Amino acid sequence: MRPSAVRLLNILVPIKRAVDYAVKIRVNPEQTGIDLNVKHSMNPFDEIAVEEAVRIRERLKDAVKSIKVVTIGPPKSAETLRTALAMGADSAVHVEIPDSAPSPEPLGVAKTLKALIERQKEGVDIVILGKQAIDDDAGQTGQMLAGLMGWSQATFASKVEVNPEQKVANITREIDGGLEELRCKLPVIITTDLRQVQLLNEPRYASLPNIMKAKKKPVEKLTAAELGVDITPRLETIKVTEPPKRVGGGKVANVDELLAKLKEAGFTGKRA
Amino acid sequence: MLRVQISQLNRVLARSYATAAPPHALVFLEHRQGDLDSASLSALTAASQLGGQVTGLVVGSPEEVPSVVEKARRLNGLNTLLHCASPQYSTPLPETVSPLLEKLLSQNSPFTHVVSAHSSSAKSILPRVAAKLDVPAVSDITSLEHDAASGSTTFTRLIYAGNAISTVRASSSIPIKFFTVRSTAFAAAGAGDAAESEVNALDSVEVSDVPTEHISTSLTKSDRPDLGVASRVVSGGRALKNAETFQSTLYPLADALGAAVGASRAAVDAGYADNSLQVGQTGKVVAPELYMALGISGAIQHLAGMKDSKLIVAVNKVSASLQHCQTPVIRLQDPDAPIFQVADVGLVADLFEVVPELVEKLKQ
Repeated sequence: MRPSAVRLLNILVPIKRAVDYAVKIRVNPEQTGIDLNVKHSMNPFDEIAVEEAVRIRERLKDAVKSIKVVTIGPPKSAETLRTALAMGADSAVHVEIPDSAPSPEPLGVAKTLKALIERQKEGVDIVILGKQAIDDDAGQTGQMLAGLMGWSQATFASKVEVNPEQKVANITREIDGGLEELRCKLPVIITTDLRQVQLLNEPRYASLPNIMKAKKKPVEKLTAAELGVDITPRLETIKVTEPPKRVGGGKVANVDELLAKLKEAGFTGKRA
Repeated sequence: MLRVQISQLNRVLARSYATAAPPHALVFLEHRQGDLDSASLSALTAASQLGGQVTGLVVGSPEEVPSVVEKARRLNGLNTLLHCASPQYSTPLPETVSPLLEKLLSQNSPFTHVVSAHSSSAKSILPRVAAKLDVPAVSDITSLEHDAASGSTTFTRLIYAGNAISTVRASSSIPIKFFTVRSTAFAAAGAGDAAESEVNALDSVEVSDVPTEHISTSLTKSDRPDLGVASRVVSGGRALKNAETFQSTLYPLADALGAAVGASRAAVDAGYADNSLQVGQTGKVVAPELYMALGISGAIQHLAGMKDSKLIVAVNKVSASLQHCQTPVIRLQDPDAPIFQVADVGLVADLFEVVPELVEKLKQ
């Protein structure tokens, strides 16, 4: 065990189990949703969030006291938590919802996270979330949590530098048309963008020894009711349908035919 | 617990005594360097479709706001324009702008909807406000319909990287409906000569002890059109090899066509192009008149960002694209890159030969 006297920061990483990014999804015949009987994995942005938390600890060493991961989801989400533990998180919380229950909305998730943060005796200094889940593509949870907590927020972060002495984080974020740098007082809510992958390399694969170790790490189980939050969706999903199929228009043999097709559609050179 | 019950009771009482409030949208109008963002103009169009009053809100520094107001007041579809200037809003941080919106939306607010573009700024600010007001938000909608009698609004939006369309209803139990608008799904509102909206200034809500400080902004400078709104886009993928060939190959073609430059995630991850050029689920969603995909195999996530383009042209070497196919089974059954399944015009060829020839012939 590491000495704990100088370790300061507690990091919370909320993660989501989602349909794997490479799966070609299908809408179910009842049009109530998609066929979920497919491969699931950790939401890719959340992987980046976990990776970032682990790297913050690698950079700051003992200044980081704990990395806790949390998920709100059906029993199978436990696997996702184990993956995060194998990547380097210390402990996990599983707010379990029944398989039959609808997926909570970002506001419900944010309220649950707030309740969890308030239960942490030593407090939470940094919350790192993915910028969006690739299933509902909402991209709201981090901002909502920041609003509920009244904390500093840095969305779409591509670079995070934490200064534990001054209790601030310098964060570079992706904005439309460029980058922006912020200095956020801790506690802060960060949502991760893709650039982190590019700058800091891919999220690590859990090694077999780490997977074995992860099995021994503590996972606390809770329900939304125990946390005193209502996660019933407030928006009503009326139906889920397939988007219109786009049909390819065939091929051309050479550049001249390509140009002819462009011309036919009214596209010529800029000055023409 | 008790408070919840009372608020529910109030809601029931309110509903039994009054019909649904007529829709009144507040549109968060964004601007940059004195010009209104065109994505905000699409949000205004969406707001008009609710069928009620539309109020615009311009927030910014005292230097910027007057000129933006001058332009915004002539916008078609806007009944009222609110503006609020403060040095604190010169770089609008969610932490400083949210309190203003909360104030505007909480005191006997006439607003039933809060509308914005699905921009990086609005995406950061509005969910924060919605949470404070305890209402859910709907992201990146592609269509909407408001039922004035029941006070419910139905939205469609894409989920799972654009592979499914979800239709969701926000009922009258959600007093203020927040939503962001996919700009490619709505035409930008224009400016009329006759119609001028009523203009009112708002007092700013100054936040003391802001936990977040803006240090710097660096914008990618480009003479080419902005990717999000360009009518033509030339986009490159991993096959472009490196940053130099990406630029030396794509830029002349983009210039010859007057097009914006985009990139696949593979090209961005490999460092060939800046992240801001990424087209796809996690980057920009574009729907130009012409989308040229060069050396892009067409992963689901990329298709999600461009498949609403009017004319899609793909140039790809099959052999190169095959390396990126995810399963060997697909490789055997379908020798094509997925991009050819959505392309209106496909050319199987080496893009390093095709593109210079195209540029040459386009110039003629």
